[in-house]
Amino acid sequence: MNTAELFKQFLTGLSAETLPVALKKLLIDAVAAVFASAGLPLPEWALAVLSAFITIVTIMMLFLGLFALTSVLERKILARMQNRLGPNRVGPWGLFQFVADGIKMLTKEDIVPREADHVVHFLAPVVMVVPALLGCAILPYGRGMAPVDLQSGVLFFFAMSAGTEIALFMAGWSSNNKYSVLGAMRAIAQMISYEGPLVVSAVAVAMISGSLSPVAIAEAQGGWTLGVLPHWYALTPWGFAGCVLFYMGALAESKRSPFDLPEGESELVAGHLTEYSGFKYATFFMAEYVGLFVINGLLVTLFLGGWQAPCEFLQFIPSWCWFMAKLVLVAYSMIWVRATVPRFRIDHMMQFAWKFMLPMSFASMLSAAFWHYAGRGFPAWTLSAVLVVAPYFTLGNMFGGPADARRRNYRYSE
Amino acid sequence: MINPLRSLNLPGAGIVKGLWVTLWNMLASYFTRERMTTEQYPEERPVLPEASRTFPFLVFDGSDPEAGMRCVACRICEKECPPQCIAIEPDRDANGKAVKRPRVFDIDISVCMSCQICVEVCPFDSIRMDRIYELSGSGNRFTTLVLHKEQLLKSNQYYHSIHPAEAAETDARLEAERLKKEAAAAAKAAKAAVAQSEEKPA
Repeated sequence: MNTAELFKQFLTGLSAETLPVALKKLLIDAVAAVFASAGLPLPEWALAVLSAFITIVTIMMLFLGLFALTSVLERKILARMQNRLGPNRVGPWGLFQFVADGIKMLTKEDIVPREADHVVHFLAPVVMVVPALLGCAILPYGRGMAPVDLQSGVLFFFAMSAGTEIALFMAGWSSNNKYSVLGAMRAIAQMISYEGPLVVSAVAVAMISGSLSPVAIAEAQGGWTLGVLPHWYALTPWGFAGCVLFYMGALAESKRSPFDLPEGESELVAGHLTEYSGFKYATFFMAEYVGLFVINGLLVTLFLGGWQAPCEFLQFIPSWCWFMAKLVLVAYSMIWVRATVPRFRIDHMMQFAWKFMLPMSFASMLSAAFWHYAGRGFPAWTLSAVLVVAPYFTLGNMFGGPADARRRNYRYSE
Repeated sequence: MINPLRSLNLPGAGIVKGLWVTLWNMLASYFTRERMTTEQYPEERPVLPEASRTFPFLVFDGSDPEAGMRCVACRICEKECPPQCIAIEPDRDANGKAVKRPRVFDIDISVCMSCQICVEVCPFDSIRMDRIYELSGSGNRFTTLVLHKEQLLKSNQYYHSIHPAEAAETDARLEAERLKKEAAAAAKAAKAAVAQSEEKPA
């Protein structure tokens, strides 16, 4: 096949919906044609490897691009919310700030403490990035566009994200610095505490959709009532609670404000990042952002309908655009939260996880079960709503409410 | 009385309220210029208040700095300066006698603390406060941070441009003094003339 023929094949039946898939096919076919014309036809496995390679590179570029853009836009948005201008010197509106940051990071001296465990100190940032990038593999980016359609994709995702904790402790321990260890301990305590509600609220989704595969979960949320009301799980009472819980859990897992306790300047310098500089620090930074996007990708898949369009008539916009739009929207809402909420105190954070979020996520799971077995009709919705709202009020007012906040007794300074 | 509705609060309602505040701030920052208090310094310059001051300078009248110099090298400012940042050396004529003009007038602005005492003690309204502020330089402080007479001498017009009210007041006072002096001289001359004319017939 010559180039013209390949291109004709690419153009026939081309639509925005299948554009990424068609582009990939064109690329593979072109490479195969080049090798074939040189008298070296590629075997089947080589083409499979090539296909995987193209997918991996594309997804990595996508997330790294998002990271680069977000590192600038986060500062811009944060600044605007505080009535400042934010970075505005490099490039138009300061959009190329990440280039300057990158050059600065890469040219900085890579300092390793003399007493550090050098091997582990070096490995920690690598181990940190791997789970974040592996998490990208199971997300359905569009209709039929999941890189790996695992039957137990959600389980795989949580197993992978648990690997981050090991990397954190590797970083903290190997630095041989008390602040690093303390920060790492805090980070692990936080991440383990919030993994509970995170997983349990995801279990509710698995129960209702009857699958652990993100692809199947996204497909199960298809369809519209009256053509405008999507059947996303976030729009059911249990799903709404689950979505909010998952969102807060995702904030804690990606260690973003208000859960940014592992990096408290006043008490533990920069936590596990204290002894890192230059490229390794940049790698940690990148892993955090990629982790943020990936966990938001899972949130979108589990609760916000994945690649499904919000209204029936909006289906002309391709599914992968919807997925990316939702992903970016959710990720950027976390910047909004960062600008709004002050950080927790450590005991409040633990209380919140174990005394509010975990019982709430069990309630949402229970509510999902009742919703399903009561037939998903009007009574089911009412019952489900009661099962979510009642624990919300009870748990929310039981402790840490304004009754506690208002009254403060000073024993010696009245 | 305890309001039952008050005790029943919405957990997390405060966060939603806060989210609204930040969102409103962000949107409004694009439409209300007054909200943005950041000054884009190299492009935007602050409008300095009239009383703002940094370091002293020497005022001269007319267009020639040397001829119009008000300073008479009396060295009062040098003696009064608390951190002693002023160094004055009077000029000398052919006979080696000091004349009423400084040969050297240096101000070390890395020592000066902008107290304005030199301005207050100057009997000749010669030294005044400037308001330039971009004075950083490279090298040691004796190359860029010690201002010499040539750099310190600035015209009265410049003084008017930075401190209009103060300069107008000084000018008016100097003019009044000049007129008074002239009147006195004229009166003296007239008296002398009268005395002379009275002397003649005798």
